[in-house]
Amino acid sequence: MMPLSRRLLVGALLAAAFALPAPAFEGRTVTDATGRTVQIPADPARVFAAGPPAAVLLYALKPEAMVGWVSAPKPEALPFLRPDAAGLPELGRLTGRGDTLNLEVLLSSGPDLIVDYGTVNDTYIDLAARIQDQLGLPYALIDGSFAHMPQGIREMAGILGVPGRGEELAAYAEGTLADLDALLAGIPEQDRPTVYLARGPEGLETPARGSINAEIIERVGARNLAEAETRGLATVSPEQVQAWAPEVIITIDRDFAANVGRMPEWQGIPAVANGRVYLAPAAPFGFIDAPPSVNRLAGLVWLSHKLYPTAATGDLRAEIADFYDLFYGMRPDEAALTGLLGE
Amino acid sequence: MLALGLVVAMMAAAAIGPFALSPGRILAVLSGDRSDAQAVTVLWNIRLPRVMAAAMVGAALAAAGAAYQTTFRNPLVSPDILGVSAGAGFGAVLGLLLGLPVMAIQLLGFAMGLATVGLVLGLTLALRGTGQVLVMVLCGIAIGALAGAGISLVKLLADPEQQLPAITFWLMGSLAGVKRPDLAAALPALLIGAAPLLALRWRIGLLAMGDDEARAMGIDATRLRLLVIACATLMTAAAVALAGVIGWIGLMVPHMARLLTGPRFDRLLPAAILIGAGFMVLVDTAARSIATLEVPLGILTAVLGAPVFVWLLARGARPWSE
Repeated sequence: MMPLSRRLLVGALLAAAFALPAPAFEGRTVTDATGRTVQIPADPARVFAAGPPAAVLLYALKPEAMVGWVSAPKPEALPFLRPDAAGLPELGRLTGRGDTLNLEVLLSSGPDLIVDYGTVNDTYIDLAARIQDQLGLPYALIDGSFAHMPQGIREMAGILGVPGRGEELAAYAEGTLADLDALLAGIPEQDRPTVYLARGPEGLETPARGSINAEIIERVGARNLAEAETRGLATVSPEQVQAWAPEVIITIDRDFAANVGRMPEWQGIPAVANGRVYLAPAAPFGFIDAPPSVNRLAGLVWLSHKLYPTAATGDLRAEIADFYDLFYGMRPDEAALTGLLGE
Repeated sequence: MLALGLVVAMMAAAAIGPFALSPGRILAVLSGDRSDAQAVTVLWNIRLPRVMAAAMVGAALAAAGAAYQTTFRNPLVSPDILGVSAGAGFGAVLGLLLGLPVMAIQLLGFAMGLATVGLVLGLTLALRGTGQVLVMVLCGIAIGALAGAGISLVKLLADPEQQLPAITFWLMGSLAGVKRPDLAAALPALLIGAAPLLALRWRIGLLAMGDDEARAMGIDATRLRLLVIACATLMTAAAVALAGVIGWIGLMVPHMARLLTGPRFDRLLPAAILIGAGFMVLVDTAARSIATLEVPLGILTAVLGAPVFVWLLARGARPWSE
């Protein structure tokens, strides 16, 4: 009796599984950066961004479709975000090593599409395919490199079903990059400063040349001194920084920016001696990387003013306010701008 | 001989570095020439504190390792057997997670290292196992595992863009950020830990013969062992707070020293201190000069240390104990 009933049970379950009606498909088929064809809804209403860069782009393009954040915005970021999006829950990250997202939590938030924006390599391609198979949700991956940014914005907007909004943002990106190239055309190579990007409270972590975290330095025409054996984040000694003797130091660490003038091992470095240590703004998203997404366009504007103070034209405050208005859906007032830019 | 080797190693370390300085310039700066401000900064604020820190950390870990191995009568024991490294590591990564200033991070690491061993000793006492090394070691492993879980939890909670790399680098050990105030903060703990070990090194050596024999010679083995543990823990916690988690030194250097001097603790301890200091200075010199980026010390101690160690073993060794 026992085996029979067990077999019956299994049979019933199998029958039930196969009897589920296939969802009627009313979407489109797109080809993402990986060359995979993905079937997506015509107008995705609930979208999960798999990593921080994708979350920024999704927020800029279609904030009403977000189901949550990869990591919740920090308190200082909240005034710069739309209130409805700022209050969304933190779900965790899906990309890269060490996921913190429980797939059941993700499913219970009811997404109809997963998007990722960033590095495209075999790991991420495979990850996208696996998640898609496992969850039965379409998973689209878009190339997030700087060179590809306007195109990447358009591709993501197309997938999200907001091509008009995408065109607006992509045009801004193209305009910003064109303005920068025009500026750089008038600045000879020897007038471009050497830059050291300082991270961590001691300022000794630095993204080496070629890493996605330092991409913006090369794009803005300056020379990142950190040429190391890695294309990622390196720790270096203060002596190495002395030997590099950077003309400008850009940091994302508030403590380091406040203390570097008093740290004995940083004395004598041209950037420190000449007061050219700049703290990159970080709200709601970083200007330099953190995450490496479209937020870096604001960093590009900011860096072109900091690195080429005599050549850069235009009003930095107004340009940053315009960017926030267009991308983040809020225009910072004068006090907020001062707090943001620290000047 | 060993002392001479240490001095040579430190001189070489002071002469080598990514910022090019000729030996003549170094001698000039050392003898008080302040005309080249950048050379002064590099030498006095960066390179020399770092060489000193490397010597101190190496000496502390090696001395603690030798003391632990002798008192526990076990050649496989390293200074972190009672959880001091895991505890100090947990304290420091917690500090990194909370975004504390660097000095506070180091203090928190130091305090948590001491607290962890204090907890282990308290537990052992509660289990009435003070006399039993095994109970103490097992408690150490259990509490160490808890601290390890704490470290993993902190990694999970850390911001993956900024905090996680810092935590990872810190746990691999580095002297890249050492400053003179750090030295001044760590030195008292190291001296307080080292002095009793050096002063009592004959008596501690007797512990290696077993508690009963030591007792027969009029030594309170339990109390002496507690003292040794306290001293070695103090030194290890200070070293970990200063340099992060550096494996291998505390396990391997005492064996290197033993191959040279034999197992008697009164000869072993000074040799271990000198070899540990010299080895660490060499390793740290390599760490800051073989590549543009800093190579974490934990990687280098293993890569350089393991072959040397095997070679020493192969040369035919003296017995581990008499």
